[in-house]
Amino acid sequence: MDNHLTLNLLIWRQSGPEQPGMMVPYTISGVSPEMSFLEMLDHLNDDLSRRGERPVEFDSDCREGICGTCGLVINGIAHGPKSACTTCELRMRSFKSGDTISVEPFRATGFPIVRDLVVDRGAFDRIIAKGGYVSVNTGAAPDGNAIPVSKFDADRAMDAASCIGCGACVAACPNASASLFVSAKVAQLALLPQGQPERDHRALKMVEQMDREGFGDCSNHGECEAVCPKAISISHIAIMRRDFMRAAVQ
Amino acid sequence: MISWKKNLTSSIGKKFVTGITGLLLVSFVIVHLIGNLLLYAGPDAFNSYAYFLEHRLIHGWAVYVADAMLILFFGAHAVAGISVWQKKRLARPQPYYQAGNAGGASRKSFASRTMIVSGLVILVFVILHVRMFKFGPTATVVVDGIEMRDLYTLVVSTFKVWWISFAYMAVMVLLGLHLRHGIWSAFQSVGATSPRYQPVIYVGGVTLSILIGLGFFLLPLVILFFYENPALSMGGI
Ligand code: HEM
Ligand code: FES
Repeated sequence: MDNHLTLNLLIWRQSGPEQPGMMVPYTISGVSPEMSFLEMLDHLNDDLSRRGERPVEFDSDCREGICGTCGLVINGIAHGPKSACTTCELRMRSFKSGDTISVEPFRATGFPIVRDLVVDRGAFDRIIAKGGYVSVNTGAAPDGNAIPVSKFDADRAMDAASCIGCGACVAACPNASASLFVSAKVAQLALLPQGQPERDHRALKMVEQMDREGFGDCSNHGECEAVCPKAISISHIAIMRRDFMRAAVQ
Repeated sequence: MISWKKNLTSSIGKKFVTGITGLLLVSFVIVHLIGNLLLYAGPDAFNSYAYFLEHRLIHGWAVYVADAMLILFFGAHAVAGISVWQKKRLARPQPYYQAGNAGGASRKSFASRTMIVSGLVILVFVILHVRMFKFGPTATVVVDGIEMRDLYTLVVSTFKVWWISFAYMAVMVLLGLHLRHGIWSAFQSVGATSPRYQPVIYVGGVTLSILIGLGFFLLPLVILFFYENPALSMGGI
């Protein structure tokens, strides 16, 4: 069909964590504009395996923007050119035939490269384990209406809770800081009554773990919010900072 | 109980330090600019103001207190700022092949990416600046029967040297850039923002940075081109 695209891809290939990597050019044709970016890569991998070459490895799972598994830096922008959109939801109609598209993994000390475009985001799990939870007593569930939450706080907490943990914030940050991710969890729970008992502990411990994982400090560039597939606001980082400093002086 | 040192050297503590000291330095710079505007009011006004700051305010103690605080603020600010920059280099040793700007909500700008450069230039500048003016050679003048340092003549004769004026103006452009990102960023660093006020703080910060940068930029320019040179007798700096 006529509207199919032919694209020049420049893809980061790296055969293992310790191996050196490099950008490798590929040309792909017959890309339909309805394809998602990952389907386009599937298509490329199909070609590569037919030719007996090692396919390009990348992560994905739900392919509908809810799990946070996918994540590529496309033309220098995490999750590509479309705002509030994951890589798996990005459609090839965002590109023109003949375009050169660079595809790189999320780059950060805290996200070591496993292979090609796959990075290890285990650091996020370890940060969450330090305080991204609430303790509840077992037994009958309490009456939900017995704990009032204002509409404003409920909305803000919900915005924060929409984080899917993809790590695009780290990838886009010039400092490779994980502040937006960590602040989304800290703020979500700080805004809700259920989060209060562990509030101080949470802010201190999660930030401590974030620093230990080798992420950079936040310089307020705000690039994280711009690439976040859930458009999570950096105002949550302000909440995290207030919580941390308050907990620190106690 | 986690130690103070550990908190202040954490990622958030460091930014709290750059933020607080940054805001204090901004306050200082504003007062400094307003004082400097007295250069437009003539020698007596400027010299008397300087004399007041040095000898009259809190019986002459104010200047020592201010000096001590400024050294502390500058020092802490520079140490924390440089540390943020070092950590960033460790956090992404392998740069991207292509680095873009996502636009939209992003506050990333030329100014925000060059804070370390503008900051370090300001650091060198401040040392030279203090040497040049605070510890510069001055004659004495008598205003209203009081003998005082003729700082006005020192400043005007210094800015009459064209390359000094131009170097000053260049640094003031960098100061403006530093504050273009710095002012709003400092509010965010100390947690003093909210969804409602963030846009106001951002626009206010950018506006203030332009006013400060322009204010300091115009002084050497106006002196170089429009003032009489009083200093030929003194031999310049
Ligand atoms: C001693 C020389 C200076 C150095 C080395 C320096 C360095 C820096 C650096 C590297 C940052 C960015 C921190 C980051 O990326 O997170 C910064 C931020 C900032 N600087 Fe400076 N700076 C200096 C002087 C000044 C002066 C004179 C002012 C005010 C007039 C100022 C105001 C600010 C402000 C308001 C911020 C934002 C703070 C924040 O983001 O929390 N700086 N400085
Ligand atoms: S694969 Fe699940 S969000 Fe993209």
